[in-house]
Amino acid sequence: MQANYWDRNQLKFAPVFFLAPAMLFFAVYVLHPIFSSLWISFFEWDGVGEMIWVGIGNYVEMWDDDRVHTAILNNLLWLVFFLLAPPLSLALALFLNQDLSEIKYAKSLFFFPFVISPVVVGLIFSWFYNPKYGLLDSFLELFGLQPLALLSDENLANFGIIAAAMWPQIAYCLILYLAGLAALNKEIIESARIDGASGWAMFWNIILPQLRPATFIAVVVSVLGALRSFDLVAIMTQGGPWGSTTVLAYEMVEQAIFNYRMGYGAALATILFLILDIYIAWFLIRVWLNEKGRL
Amino acid sequence: MKYLVLIVTALLFVTTAMAGTIKVTNNSSNPDVHKLWKERIIPMFEKENPGIKVKMTIYDHEAYKTAIRNFLQAEPPDVVNWFSGNRMKFFVEQGLFEDVSDVWNKHDLHAKLSSARSTVTLDGKQWGVPTTYYQWGFYYRKDIFAKYGLGEPRSMGDLMHISETLKKNGITPFTIGTKYLWTAAGWFDFLNLRVNGYDFHMALMDGNISYEDKRLDKVFDIWGDLARKGYYIKNHASYSWQEGQAPMINGDAAMYLMGNFVVPDLVKAGLDGKIGYFQFPVIDGSVRTYEDAPTDSMHIPSRAKNKTDAKKFLAFFARADIQGIIAEAAGMLPANNQSPTPTDEFLKIGFKVLSEAAGLAQFYDRDTTPEMAKEGMKGFQEFMVFPDREKQIRKRIEKVRKRIFKK
Repeated sequence: MQANYWDRNQLKFAPVFFLAPAMLFFAVYVLHPIFSSLWISFFEWDGVGEMIWVGIGNYVEMWDDDRVHTAILNNLLWLVFFLLAPPLSLALALFLNQDLSEIKYAKSLFFFPFVISPVVVGLIFSWFYNPKYGLLDSFLELFGLQPLALLSDENLANFGIIAAAMWPQIAYCLILYLAGLAALNKEIIESARIDGASGWAMFWNIILPQLRPATFIAVVVSVLGALRSFDLVAIMTQGGPWGSTTVLAYEMVEQAIFNYRMGYGAALATILFLILDIYIAWFLIRVWLNEKGRL
Repeated sequence: MKYLVLIVTALLFVTTAMAGTIKVTNNSSNPDVHKLWKERIIPMFEKENPGIKVKMTIYDHEAYKTAIRNFLQAEPPDVVNWFSGNRMKFFVEQGLFEDVSDVWNKHDLHAKLSSARSTVTLDGKQWGVPTTYYQWGFYYRKDIFAKYGLGEPRSMGDLMHISETLKKNGITPFTIGTKYLWTAAGWFDFLNLRVNGYDFHMALMDGNISYEDKRLDKVFDIWGDLARKGYYIKNHASYSWQEGQAPMINGDAAMYLMGNFVVPDLVKAGLDGKIGYFQFPVIDGSVRTYEDAPTDSMHIPSRAKNKTDAKKFLAFFARADIQGIIAEAAGMLPANNQSPTPTDEFLKIGFKVLSEAAGLAQFYDRDTTPEMAKEGMKGFQEFMVFPDREKQIRKRIEKVRKRIFKK
């Protein structure tokens, strides 16, 4: 019996059909915006009127824009501090990973900052830092110190925001590590113990290697979190005082939305995308190599 | 054929239905105003114009500023609230607002809305109807002034004397919250209007004058002097304008340069009867007094579907009685000069001050372009904290001005 075309090629086409919806949405909602913002970045455009071609003009301007330099430096500062989040949360996770029934209450307290919205985190910390009525001020007063206007001091404001951002970030990594610790292979630990490993040697040679997937993800989310930081800056300082706490993502929104400069905003977005790309490429290659190794 | 007839009748039906409905926006941050529109103003309009239904959409005040840019292009309502002056100009130049000169001519608005006419006029045509406006000036604690035997200042010298006395007695003269920047621009506007006058100020707003111009030196000298002497509350860059009210309510500070909308808050905080108002004092006797008086207005998008009825709605909002009702609820002044004179004490003074003014500016962030305003105001905020950085700050603002205005 002669099979028809469909029956013969069914196996070949099925994956295409299954992938089609996802591919379509990916193209419309991810690829198209990427390319159109790249396109817009070559124009001077207020978002409403006529688009004027300026070539790489926006990028040239960025080169000489103090605000962008500040933003990049601040992003780096975020990155440095955010990379402290994985080790800090690992330490916390080891402490919380005890066989006590009461510990689960302590655990839930540590999860709490991750559960609440970043907007709320930003607001809570803004009040906490308020130089007149904030808790921080009352605390400093106990020691007879002057009130600290953390968010309006150009040298300190960045640290104030980063501290607020670290709070949920550490909780996030903590969850990853606790999950990792729960999945440790007991047999390996047992045999290591029989071989006389304990303390630091046990942690470094036996536990940590098993936590590698958790560490990998924790580092990934921390780096991405630092580079695309926006919400806390927007809520706590709006990039102020006088633009000293701006980051690339915030500068992008400010230029595009508040200053009516879609082209310049798109150019900033492109730069941010390229910076993230380097990192995402590394991430994908790692994942790919990892999977190939397993095959 | 049968289908075609059906479709045509269906379409006809839709268009006739639309002819009787107008969509309007409301961006007021005051819930009392929303209620007033819903319960009084709109029913009144519908009663006077049978067959026209009004559909109101309430927007968050800040979010509206970005939303309007999208809906004006895509699917605009028939009437929108906006701000006259430069903010209106932006949309007029994009061809997004409708010329409504015919409404002005038909209802004789040129005489009735004369004071705010220039703020909605461009190329000799009117592009909207001004509804309400309000005065700016110093709101001060009468009881504190009385305690130290101080009177309302007539000149900058008086103001300096008052500040010195207050400071000596442990009271900070001026409260302010510059976190959201625009409050600092109020100081810049008034100092520049008092030192250099209206024409210079407007030329600066239009980007025709350098921020490093020598004539601005005196503005920054006086302003910097106030900052260096510690006449502004500490850490003002940490506070919003609402948080800036607290020192005045507590009696730690005595004066607040602000718009009239601050009064209800101060009264609610228990300062009823303890607050007074005075105009920004004269600095140079040869310069006439000009004031900041931000004006709110209503416009018809050029892509509106039902312009005929929208124009009726606009004419309705230009009427003396309607503007009177709305202004009273919002704590503002009606733009129509035939509206009943306000009874509120502060609105009465405001009305007098503004009608005697030699000219009215809108406000820094309404008179210049949005981007210029943003960068300028960041500089002003920094200057109020670090007056010694004047040179770098003015240089930075000037760089932005050059790029934006290409002059």
